[in-house]
Amino acid sequence: MLQSGLCRSTLLFSLTFVLAMFTATIDTLKASPAVSTVTEFKLDNGLQVIVVPDHRAPVVTHYVWYRVGSADETAGVSGVAHFLEHLMFKSTDKIASGAFSKIIAKLGGQDNAFTNYDVTGYYQRIAKDRLKTVMEMEADRMVNLRLTEREVATEREVILEERRSRTENNPSAILSEQMSAALYQNHPYRIPIIGWMHEMAKLSREDALSFYKRFYAPNNAIVVVAGDVSVDEVKSLAEAAYGSLKPNTDIKQRVRPQEPPHRAPRRVELKDPRAGNASVRRYYLTPSISTAAPGEAEALYLMMKIAANGSTSRLYQQLVSEEKIASSAGGWYSGSGLDSGSIGIYAVAAVGVDLGKLEAAMDGVLHELREKGVTEGELDRAKKAFIAEFVYESDSQSALARRYAEGALLGQTIEQVNDFPAAIARVTVADIARVAAKHLDIRNSVTGTLIPVPSEPEREAALKPGPGKL
Amino acid sequence: MRHVRRAGACGKAALFASLLVFAGFLLPASRAVAMNIQVVKSPGGITAWLVEEHSVPLIGMRFAFEGGSAQDPAGKDGVAHFLAGMLDEGAGDLDGKTFQERMEEIAMRMSFDDARDAFYGSLETLSENRDAAVALLALALSKPRFDADAVERVRGQLLAGLAYAARDPDRVATDQWNALAFSGHPYGRPTQGTQATIQKMTREDLREYWARTFARDNLRVVVVGDIDAATLGGVLDTLFGQLPAKAQLTPIVPVQPAAAEKFKVIEMAVPQSVARFGLPAFPRSDKDFIPAFVVNTVLGGGVMSSRLWEEVREKRGLAYSVHTNIQPYDQTCVFSGGVATKNEEIANSLDLIRAEIKRIAAEGPTEKELRDAKDYLTGSFALRFDSNAKIANQLLWFWQEGLDPGYVDRRNAEIEAVTLTDAKRAAKRLFEGRDLIVTVVGRPKGLAANPQPRG
Repeated sequence: MLQSGLCRSTLLFSLTFVLAMFTATIDTLKASPAVSTVTEFKLDNGLQVIVVPDHRAPVVTHYVWYRVGSADETAGVSGVAHFLEHLMFKSTDKIASGAFSKIIAKLGGQDNAFTNYDVTGYYQRIAKDRLKTVMEMEADRMVNLRLTEREVATEREVILEERRSRTENNPSAILSEQMSAALYQNHPYRIPIIGWMHEMAKLSREDALSFYKRFYAPNNAIVVVAGDVSVDEVKSLAEAAYGSLKPNTDIKQRVRPQEPPHRAPRRVELKDPRAGNASVRRYYLTPSISTAAPGEAEALYLMMKIAANGSTSRLYQQLVSEEKIASSAGGWYSGSGLDSGSIGIYAVAAVGVDLGKLEAAMDGVLHELREKGVTEGELDRAKKAFIAEFVYESDSQSALARRYAEGALLGQTIEQVNDFPAAIARVTVADIARVAAKHLDIRNSVTGTLIPVPSEPEREAALKPGPGKL
Repeated sequence: MRHVRRAGACGKAALFASLLVFAGFLLPASRAVAMNIQVVKSPGGITAWLVEEHSVPLIGMRFAFEGGSAQDPAGKDGVAHFLAGMLDEGAGDLDGKTFQERMEEIAMRMSFDDARDAFYGSLETLSENRDAAVALLALALSKPRFDADAVERVRGQLLAGLAYAARDPDRVATDQWNALAFSGHPYGRPTQGTQATIQKMTREDLREYWARTFARDNLRVVVVGDIDAATLGGVLDTLFGQLPAKAQLTPIVPVQPAAAEKFKVIEMAVPQSVARFGLPAFPRSDKDFIPAFVVNTVLGGGVMSSRLWEEVREKRGLAYSVHTNIQPYDQTCVFSGGVATKNEEIANSLDLIRAEIKRIAAEGPTEKELRDAKDYLTGSFALRFDSNAKIANQLLWFWQEGLDPGYVDRRNAEIEAVTLTDAKRAAKRLFEGRDLIVTVVGRPKGLAANPQPRG
């Protein structure tokens, strides 16, 4: 039998309760914070620990998230946060070179890691009785990493191949990178997480180790354990594994260069033979969950849901269904950045449609949104869909762990994380009108176009007269 | 090869029956996957596997109509894929926009996708909205509208997707591999169609495919969540009761991946070459299927602990990703893999992969590698069952593979039973004397058409 997830059900039930209440009485909803048994505590060395009980299967997800990402890099060594993430799988006194993931696999677990602008995260998914072992392994590599010049040189080739796979081979990714570099004029979010190729190629063992010593410490980490465990178990395991690690008292509040007021919209054009159909996209600089005024981020999520998310959205209906000038169109609000958020919106041109016309139509939708806001009906549907996504996502143990880890990273309490659906339900049409007027400001934006051009052989062929040409 | 077991029609009308309940603890508690799988037959004779989970007021369903893109008629490549994009674009009295708004109002999720051998659908709903969600899905399955403007809209999206895919080295390498290895067979045709076939597709083509392949005798349904067997019986009849009793499937002949010319380079102006490689593997009915599966884990399937990972990435930094897998289809089984390396070094990566395949063919895995692979495969099995969505996907896959619900309890023992002799025999049978069929997209340097494996 699957064991019933009592704790988890309490959380989920309260979410569906919010949704149900909301369905019935939107105007009068005074949503209360979701009750849950998610628990947070801190060890004496500053390590923050969050426990998310989920007893459906005898497995756990163990996250170690460091409060450091690519935006914390020193100028000139772009990519070192991500490079270090790779190198963390090398050796310590106890773990032989490259053995970390093999040990996890031998224990029946799966592991990996990721880096983004604000965080570097490591995780294992494994049978619950292995939690002690993986905690010991993470605690060990938090302070005892060893690197040889040879390991560093080989792994540098790997990250260069990774950049080729993710970015160089993909014109859409190149355009996104160029647009981010233009959107942020001062903040390090303008630099790609994986790094610029020329700086990656020079990353050294010293670069990696000095970054490691500066940022990897218990007082700069968040541990999240989701799964078939009790809070008491996790408390004693975490104390035993991580408790003796020394904090790094040199770690300061994260202060990164912030954006000045933006005064002029920017444009980026990429012509590439690999582009597929022509497309246009735009990013706007906005606040994030952690920098926005109360309720503002929630209003931005709902505004973008109504404006551009999915086939019932205004953008899709206008450009794809009615005018038939785009084959697809969409958009999103990204609110999980520590220092800023952004809005993204895109449209792929239908065959033969001029990009200028497409962009004008996109602007028409945004203009209408800014001038007239949204209707009660639209807002009601968007809230239901948004809260439902939150509930469905709670089926995944990893997603649950990630939700609380992200909240902790952004400085939110567990109550604030749990309150998110209720905060969504509180947004009014007036709130949306306000954020639309404030943040859909073209001066804060960059517009990018991706335009297909013939490849060299195709260009040569096109110049030769022949049947079917011209 | 998958042995298809069709659910026989049941004569006992109006009987809600949980025919079988499988439960068990096989290995030490933390290694076991323990759950109740009920086989439910509806009053109308539709069978489903059910795992009840009442702690959360959600219901998830995943179902498959056997058929998939292998059933695309000649010249209509991509019709199943096209259909997958059409089923939420309006049904019954509801046009596409109204249909989708209704879905949002009751906070349900519905999706469709096509694979080689099956057409998949899924439904997720809050318990309280169950009946409304079921009614909407039933409408989509039994009364799709195929409105002209919706057909054109989806056509535009598919064509844009094809234009993009034509420049995506991963997609091109995979499509070209299939075309090369399954030339002349439905498995060799592009599942997403071509510019030409998608341009010409009509609503009659969509309707014809739908009418022929959506039926009760080629259907498998798995449900996980807040619903009991009796209630599910009624839901199954509402959803699928209006479909024809029998599908009109075109027989697909068994096939082995084979190619006269085993090596193909597709020129593309990218800095990194993307390679796909593969060979015939054994069907599930073969005694060496499980041993080969374990051997693949040692070679390249256990990703971060495999030999290829070690040789290509860890020791030499030649690739970010190198992986292999064994993929059973209804009418074939394939060992396949992929690697991506800068143009100057791709030949090196492929030589190393060939050398490792040759080595494992000759020597098999070591005792330690076999032990480690078995520990990984049995220990990680439970990770496939830690959410409702994953349980539903996994069980449907087993059912499609011709397995019974009891397999969940037997599976780890079958892995454990593989001996070193079995593994060596399987490695030899799988790889000895075989040349990889390889496609490379990019501007590879120094690639020989008939390379001599080194090592």
